[in-house]
Amino acid sequence: MKKLLILSSAIILSLSAFTTSDGDKIPSANVKKLDGSATNSNTFKNDGKPMIISFWATWCKPCKKELDAINEEYAELVKETGVKLIAISIDDARSSGKVVTDVKVKGWTYEVYIDENQDFKRAMNVNNVPHTFLVNGDGEIVWSHNSYAEGDEEKLFENVRKLAKGEKLAH
Amino acid sequence: MSLKLASRLLLIFFVSLFYTSSYAQLKDELGAIHGNFQIDAANYQRDTIIGADPGKEVFRYNAFGNINYQKGGFSAGVRFESYNPPLLGYLPGYRGSGVPYRFARYQHKDIDITVGNFYEQFGSGITLRAYENRGLLYDNALDGMRVIFTPKKGIAIKGLVGKQRTYFSLSPGIVRGIDAEVNIMELFDSILGKSKTKVIIGGSYVSKYQQDQNPTLVLPENVATGAGRFTVLRGGFNFNAEYAYKANDPSYQNKYSYKDGHAIIASTSYGMDGFSIMLSGKMLDNMSFRSDRDAQNTIAMINYQPDFSKFHTYSLMAYYPYATQPNGEVGGTGEIQYKFKKGTLLGGKYGMDITINGSAYYALDTTGIAPINDTLNNYKYSTNYGSIGNEYYHDFNIEITKKLSKKLKFTLMYANQFLNQSIVQFNTPDKEEHPDITSHIGVLDVVWRYKTGSAIRIETQGFFGEYDYKEHAIDANGNKNITSNTGSWLSGLIEWTPNTHWSITVADQYNFINPDDTKKIHYYFGMIGYTNGPTRVSVSYGRQRQGIFCAGGVCRFVPASSGLSISISSSF
Repeated sequence: MKKLLILSSAIILSLSAFTTSDGDKIPSANVKKLDGSATNSNTFKNDGKPMIISFWATWCKPCKKELDAINEEYAELVKETGVKLIAISIDDARSSGKVVTDVKVKGWTYEVYIDENQDFKRAMNVNNVPHTFLVNGDGEIVWSHNSYAEGDEEKLFENVRKLAKGEKLAH
Repeated sequence: MSLKLASRLLLIFFVSLFYTSSYAQLKDELGAIHGNFQIDAANYQRDTIIGADPGKEVFRYNAFGNINYQKGGFSAGVRFESYNPPLLGYLPGYRGSGVPYRFARYQHKDIDITVGNFYEQFGSGITLRAYENRGLLYDNALDGMRVIFTPKKGIAIKGLVGKQRTYFSLSPGIVRGIDAEVNIMELFDSILGKSKTKVIIGGSYVSKYQQDQNPTLVLPENVATGAGRFTVLRGGFNFNAEYAYKANDPSYQNKYSYKDGHAIIASTSYGMDGFSIMLSGKMLDNMSFRSDRDAQNTIAMINYQPDFSKFHTYSLMAYYPYATQPNGEVGGTGEIQYKFKKGTLLGGKYGMDITINGSAYYALDTTGIAPINDTLNNYKYSTNYGSIGNEYYHDFNIEITKKLSKKLKFTLMYANQFLNQSIVQFNTPDKEEHPDITSHIGVLDVVWRYKTGSAIRIETQGFFGEYDYKEHAIDANGNKNITSNTGSWLSGLIEWTPNTHWSITVADQYNFINPDDTKKIHYYFGMIGYTNGPTRVSVSYGRQRQGIFCAGGVCRFVPASSGLSISISSSF
């Protein structure tokens, strides 16, 4: 019985080492660029600077509100922290044609990809959009947030600044 | 090996693994485990005023959990699901618990192999789309194998075989498909790599096999469909088109017609800073394609017949939604977006966005051809592609969004909608019971960010039905029998977000004009939501109106309900 206890605690300990969400690399999945060419999420890079990965859809109002709110401060934030925002559209065939037009008309300068088959969404365990992740300079996912309420972007900016300084994040 | 010895060895293995490796190394060696969970539960109550009767099973829930493992190019995962019984408004066939989804996948250089369950889409999805939408409980994952081969940059070939999920088992038909896509500029990179114009061509072939067990009809057991597609992109310009053909495929859906199917789908758009225009059109004729010819609802659908109509998020605008008519339709959607720049007359200090969107969809002009030789095996119809039939749906809407100050922002929206409800939602010509609905809908949505991280949002909506209900209000026996025309509605909602964790919503919808006075009812609703990182919890109480709920081209009927709901979702 005692051995069983030790054994199970050892397993739990080792499991906890690889189930922690902090510090895992971006999983690999096929996504499409806006020019129609195929690429993989393992190519997402930002030269040792932090990245924001934001899942959205053209039909999702809160998603667009969030990306608009970030956009207002984005140029300044990039200058300050070197951050890059990668916007992943989960639009399917009904609306994927609208992704390019929405991005253009809104004047977003983000790096945008289409995850039409939702492979990357599944690999990142996203239930609902918007869902936003922060990736540190070492390419590790260190923070995530589901849904958007007015003002949520302030917290995101704060975390990006911390990451740029090499500080650790608390949830 | 005795159990004791095995457990000791395991113990040594795990302990040594844990203590000899550094944290990061350990993770690299073991790979990563991640997952997500969602539980939606409700305790329903009888509410005779709105006609909500949950029966005896008052507690219902939909729950799932995904667990995925990834190490380098290898990944594997399972999904547990449980519905005992499912929430009201979902297909009752989902009752039960199980592991309907599990897969193993390996990707290395030019090859990508999956065994088990997978989702896939060929082109626009008109020949094949295995898709999930957990919120709608739509899941037609394939169970079988798939290989994606990329022999050269610019070429992708996909091949797959499998059976489709039907509730907790599989549909009877076997689906086999192949798809090839060529990106011309990438393929001829050395000559065309610098070209600003991108051209992508593709083709797909999908066939299904299902045994014929019909006692009266001679049914085709193998049915094939094929499609070709073409995309051109240049800067902000985008054009794509797809044509598909389906061999004769008698099914419950098409009333066992032996006619073949055709589809043309085309879309073009242009976008630049502050302006965009988009046009989409389609003609679908008898393109419903299922791996079980007797299936109904959203079960065993192999392909996806796209719906381009606007996906409305305001409840009264979405109350009479459109869904692609599976047996055939013709129509299109267009949209223009314009941004009035900051500092212009209309733009003011912060700019102003305007979106104009319109859709119109019609029946095909068809003529039935009587069966020949006194058998049912030749039932067909002919389609006159030169003209169109009755109107199914239209929606013309305009949306203006303007920021007045750093703290105040509003959205103003108007829509004029028409729905041929009897055909589109109830598949019956009975216009007495299900009259056409013409409506004018207005929305004003104001957000006031009174301090950093805190906001109040107030949403008001009005739905004004144009239907002359008096004429149909009373039947021959003197009973009021209006079931599908609900008159006019007003709706109000206040959402308070005191900080980034909490949100509190109260709302009411009021049926202020209804031919039946007893139906002038308030549908009140309240919700408290809490979000922390990837975790979201919400508790709500109130009444849910009966209606059709559509998302991603799939609709489901939601009965009136009343009660307490809780929703929890998280990921790790």
